[in-house]
Amino acid sequence: MSTFLLRGVRLPDGTAADLVLADGVVAEITGAGRASTSGAAVVDADGLVALPGLVDLHTHLREPGREDAETVESGTRAAAAGGFTAVHAMANTSPVADTAGVVEQVYRLGQQAGWCDVRPVGAVTVGLQGSRLAELGAMATSTARVRVFSDDGHCVSDPVLMRRALEYVKAFDGVVAQHAQDPRLTEGAQMNEGEVSAVLGLTGWPAVAEEAVIARDVLLAAHVGSRVHVCHVSTAGSVEIVRLAKQRGLPVTAEATPHHLLLTEEEVRSYDPVYKVNPPLRTAADVQALREAVADGTVDVIATDHAPHPTEAKDCEWAAAAMGMTGLETALAVVQQTLVDTGMLDWAGVASRMSSAPARIGRLDDPALGGFAHGRGLVVGAPAHVTLHDPAAPWTVDPAAQQTSGRNTPFRGHRLPGRVVATFLRGRPTVLDGRPLPLDAAPGVST
Amino acid sequence: MRHLLSTADLSHADAVNLLDTAEQMAATQQREIKKLPTLRGRTVVNLFFEDSTRTRISFEAAAKRLSADVINFSAKGSSVSKGESLKDTAETLQAMGADAVVIRHPASGAPHRLAAMGWTRGAVLNAGDGTHEHPTQALLDAFTMRRHLAGGTGDLTGLRVAVVGDVLHSRVARSNVHLLHTLGASVVLVAPPTLVPLGTQAWPCEVSYDLDAVLPQLDAVMMLRVQGERMNASFFPSEREYSRRYGLDARRLGLLPDHAIVMHPGPMNRGLEISADAADSARAVVLDQVANGVSVRMAALYLLLAGEGNDS
Repeated sequence: MSTFLLRGVRLPDGTAADLVLADGVVAEITGAGRASTSGAAVVDADGLVALPGLVDLHTHLREPGREDAETVESGTRAAAAGGFTAVHAMANTSPVADTAGVVEQVYRLGQQAGWCDVRPVGAVTVGLQGSRLAELGAMATSTARVRVFSDDGHCVSDPVLMRRALEYVKAFDGVVAQHAQDPRLTEGAQMNEGEVSAVLGLTGWPAVAEEAVIARDVLLAAHVGSRVHVCHVSTAGSVEIVRLAKQRGLPVTAEATPHHLLLTEEEVRSYDPVYKVNPPLRTAADVQALREAVADGTVDVIATDHAPHPTEAKDCEWAAAAMGMTGLETALAVVQQTLVDTGMLDWAGVASRMSSAPARIGRLDDPALGGFAHGRGLVVGAPAHVTLHDPAAPWTVDPAAQQTSGRNTPFRGHRLPGRVVATFLRGRPTVLDGRPLPLDAAPGVST
Repeated sequence: MRHLLSTADLSHADAVNLLDTAEQMAATQQREIKKLPTLRGRTVVNLFFEDSTRTRISFEAAAKRLSADVINFSAKGSSVSKGESLKDTAETLQAMGADAVVIRHPASGAPHRLAAMGWTRGAVLNAGDGTHEHPTQALLDAFTMRRHLAGGTGDLTGLRVAVVGDVLHSRVARSNVHLLHTLGASVVLVAPPTLVPLGTQAWPCEVSYDLDAVLPQLDAVMMLRVQGERMNASFFPSEREYSRRYGLDARRLGLLPDHAIVMHPGPMNRGLEISADAADSARAVVLDQVANGVSVRMAALYLLLAGEGNDS
């Protein structure tokens, strides 16, 4: 295996350094320009931010079942291009990932593709139907080693079922990731309920439908002594509930998506379904509250909720369109724009929200996983998962130029401030010079 | 004016010009030969994804009296259930040479997509989209009010108009609030709180839950159709209770000033939002509204299709 010397990187704490990646691990960290070049492929990384490989806690890879939208191969290639070295693949595939067989298939497809590690998320209930528990233990002990369980796309709205799920996964240190949406309060919902929905005549998705479920779930989690994770919090009220729960020491974690950190419901005035997403885009006040919550740690994780759709699912009237946006390849740049460039979060904070925190919640930081552990940071001896990001390389988002099969990026035409230059998975470059490198390609740098 | 999608897009001058043009169109309709040669050789497509015989024949009559060729395309049900997308339907009509597409669609915003995506090069007229807007209905309402209450010219400054009923699900209410405000009238929405959309505090109108208190100050009261099925979703307890609290009956008719008119976009639900006494009273101008609909739609088609020729 090749040795790579990443020359002159800026570590998350701001110091300049050389990073040597050898034998799949971070072999050496020295002052900038101090590491020996002998035998190593040198990457001139002057001015680039080195982050521990990013971990996405919320990715829709669509395979099996909707290979017209995305495959594990194309989705993980997009992940690598976005700087991710591990993704959690959501369970709402067809068939649903509610058995050991399906999660092992997805896990294996990820290994074969080789772009990043795929950690399948198991469904909480059979077929995402919300009526009885799936075989969570079988998924946990399968080779896919599932630790995160979610009916994402659907809320586990039955309080008894949610209680049982929270309790049951304690046996294997799992976590339930809740898609918080009261189904009755959101029947037919099309966008955030408020002034804009009133004008546009679109059925409202009220903030309280999210907040009420989160409030219930943090209380349930406290009652049974389980941890709970809240997917894609989108409202100022949700942030307040999570903050209060954390102040009380309750075992809750939460994620926010890049699109909820940048876009507001005002986009919906165009009726362009590329802005249709669940939970919906909210108000500017919600966006500001989310940014502050990520900055102060109330929201632990940035997760993409990458949700590719075929073109025809968006090339139609609003009500007929599918919900969801792609996000893997724009996540880090949007985080830079909304949080780093605004002075709210430093790069160490980004490393926490996008690598160590999601890895910890998914229990990928277990040293027993060896090279397949994630989120252990840029420390000597840790697996060599590294993302090199150029914070001074503005680019304009073009959906046709992306790796994902989905063309439904809400950032089409947006100017974003930085881009991923290289991604290393166990010391092997999956992306170099901003371009994906297939498994069988030779490392594309001269020594 | 390239398209007519929302009354919110109309300036005061646009709106008055539309009403003035409609008045000219109405004058031609008093002649023995009603047909004008203005749009000869132009093609107007009525693209209706939702049943609405009244609106469709009104547009059809308007287009035909301007000598346009009319194609009626009825595609009931959503694009998804039908299997053909709105995009494909629109592109098919474009290939057939539609100069204007009059679209009625159950999805809010469908006309905007049609206009914005370049699926058709023709002018797009919104003939009612979901619970969003119905601009020509608001224009014919304003035209009717102007004739009865403002001498048939200018705008509606100083008039007070109530829109009563299911505002939440009403495209007529949304279009009327924007247009009446633009024309200088003051608007009050009257409905049970369950049928007022959250967010109306940003609208240029007042909201009241008490019809009796509102009626004595009005110049016009517009009753919206209420579907009895709404009670099944708990918007109100029963048709009887709705009718008692928000229906226009003989007693409430008596609370109106003598000059005030009673309007309804039709079709009426007699006995629910309006009693037979009110519907058949001398103050009811419901049939005038229908007749004015043709004039207003002629004006809209004329300004969209022939207006550009006048400029050059």
